Amino acid sequence: MFKNPFDYRNRLSRGCTCGQHTSQGEHDAALRAQSADLAKNTEATYENLVAETVMRQIFPVDAHRRAFLQKLGASTAAAALSSFFPLATATEVFAQAGSLEKKDLKVGFIPITCATPIIMAAPLGFYSKHGLNVEVNKAAGWAVIRDKTINKEYDAAHMLSPMPLAITMGVGATAIPYTMPAVENINGQAITLAMKHKDKRDPKQWKGFKLAVPFDYSMHNYLLRYYLAENGIDPDTDVQIRAVPPPEMVANLRADNIDGFLAPDPVNQRAVYDGVGFIHMLSKQIWDRHPCCGFAASQEFVKTNPNSYAALLKAIIDATAYATKAENRKEIAEAIAPANYLNQPVTVVEQVLTGTFADGLGNVVKAADRIDFDPFPYESFAVWILSQMKRWGQIKGDVDYQKIAKQVYLATDTTKFMKEVGLTPPASTTKTFSIMGKTFDPTKPDDYIASFAIKRT
Amino acid sequence: MSSNLTLRASVLSFVIFALFIAAWHIATRQTASVAAMDPEYAKLMGLTATTGKSAMPGPFDVAAKIWEHLKNPFYDRGPNDKGLGIQLAFSIGRVMLGYCIAVCVAIPTGFVIGMSPLMSKALNPFIQVMKPISPLAWMPLALYTIKDSSISAIFVIFICSLWPMMINTAFGVAAVRKEWLNVARTLEVRPLRKAFTVILPAAAPTILTGMRISIGIAWLVIVAAEMLVGGTGIGYFVWNEWNNLSIVNVIISILVIGLVGMLLDQALARVARLVTYPD
Repeated sequence: MFKNPFDYRNRLSRGCTCGQHTSQGEHDAALRAQSADLAKNTEATYENLVAETVMRQIFPVDAHRRAFLQKLGASTAAAALSSFFPLATATEVFAQAGSLEKKDLKVGFIPITCATPIIMAAPLGFYSKHGLNVEVNKAAGWAVIRDKTINKEYDAAHMLSPMPLAITMGVGATAIPYTMPAVENINGQAITLAMKHKDKRDPKQWKGFKLAVPFDYSMHNYLLRYYLAENGIDPDTDVQIRAVPPPEMVANLRADNIDGFLAPDPVNQRAVYDGVGFIHMLSKQIWDRHPCCGFAASQEFVKTNPNSYAALLKAIIDATAYATKAENRKEIAEAIAPANYLNQPVTVVEQVLTGTFADGLGNVVKAADRIDFDPFPYESFAVWILSQMKRWGQIKGDVDYQKIAKQVYLATDTTKFMKEVGLTPPASTTKTFSIMGKTFDPTKPDDYIASFAIKRT
Repeated sequence: MSSNLTLRASVLSFVIFALFIAAWHIATRQTASVAAMDPEYAKLMGLTATTGKSAMPGPFDVAAKIWEHLKNPFYDRGPNDKGLGIQLAFSIGRVMLGYCIAVCVAIPTGFVIGMSPLMSKALNPFIQVMKPISPLAWMPLALYTIKDSSISAIFVIFICSLWPMMINTAFGVAAVRKEWLNVARTLEVRPLRKAFTVILPAAAPTILTGMRISIGIAWLVIVAAEMLVGGTGIGYFVWNEWNNLSIVNVIISILVIGLVGMLLDQALARVARLVTYPD
């Protein structure tokens, strides 16, 4: 009946802990109502919180603040304050950060210029602009970046654009649903040959060559095979194509282990810079505006962290748009050349990005679109890649091209976010294109495969 | 006489070193001739292509770079660019962790194998199969199952340093002199006490030899493992500099890896001397 007065846990006085209500129950109810009110009006809360923080910074002594407000009146003071401090913007940034599921993200990359948007977004502040704290981590190779992303050590990663397709289908890896919401770069690759082959500019003379590509599931592999096959060289029997990680390519070319490679930059330019090779042709001469690398994340990450994913993707799209402008390329080259990122001489990176480069044969070539950036992942790109996977026997049987393309290349998301950052996305998620004069119709991939003389089906 | 020998040996060491440096310097001096180049074009090219500078750095390039690293060994310019000192600390930390776990597993297991002929015969086929596997062959399996690259690297260190220690412990325990065990038995010493006061001291030198072999292997493997997984460590440093074709830094890393390996080995050799006793 009565509480034990000698028990320290019991309260003898009536009323609540704050003393303003008659009972503890009433006190709790009032608190609940207050917090519900707060939740209803989060925007206002953020505004007040931000304003309070700002006021506290300006008036460290509270008496001064009160004196100031008494003299001016609250609304005048607020107006005066916002005239030199952008309260609205600060509130917006704060509110945005508050709704992110995960702010500290890790993104993996391979040190090549294809990763430019992913890398430059860190030193040039595109991630922090979208409220994220992203650490970009260099990975040793494509297999490692794939495993580390699957293991969730990286939240998202730079991948070759065929890789998310291969991972989703379980080709060369365990099948895990993957997505590629943005293409990193278009063009930007080249065929480089050793100096001793200076006079063998016709691929028909390349029988017996040992050529390198960065990975089996890469645009490089498919483009090189396409180029060779169009010139009547069977890529499986007439030459040897091996997968060599980009950093090892120049060393192998110097050591005469390989005759040439179709590789991402800065590897090609580095071979020229060190006098071991020359640029035979740029990849844009095979297929102008072809995709190369992409920005990939697992479907699980996209679904469990929709806001972080949106912010991350917007940061990437933003950075890509910045990288598209030719006048920014020099600044970007300087930002991504240091040891923390590409670890290459600035002039090499600059030659790649500006498109004014030495070709290794004594000429200065100007090709402004040697590398370009366009985030839009056309589903037709995925269909073409799948058709080549099938053509070279990497996948067998019937393939539901359109379904896989739609599932992995999230073109609708890209459209939405491109609009949000103020860009104009293309009207359609598919398009036809022509490669070495041969038109590709994304609606008839099987007919396309059948039309080639050299294939493995 | 012996001090005289030491003196002569150090003079000889110095002469060999000087000859080596001189030969290196001469071999890497600028030799290749280059064709004249358009200055506009030359600006875009590296020194090897424009001036015929040898792609291999000379000893003075390396010395200058070493000085640069020594001046600032602990800088941290982001997740992918840290000083040589920090990278070494990461590598040594990984090796120590994997190695200590291996010690905790290998020595008790080795004891059991050495004391029981039955266990020895039963486990022998497994050990014989596992021992010759290159530690790096475990790497893909570890990455796939453990799902964490840094733990995988530690696991690889663990698995490679396990076998020499286990085999040496088993051998040392099995080879304790029969007379000593018989004396212990006549004195009715309990098994645990026998293990710690008779067998352990008797087998300690052999166990430490095993530990010395293991730390050597562990240090060999960490470099390769870090080159594979990347991120941090001296192995990553080598890979990152290879990426930039910076042979100077690769040579420096080789030098540093050798020095640290020697220090680790010497430390265990000193411990071994402490537990060795004259018969």
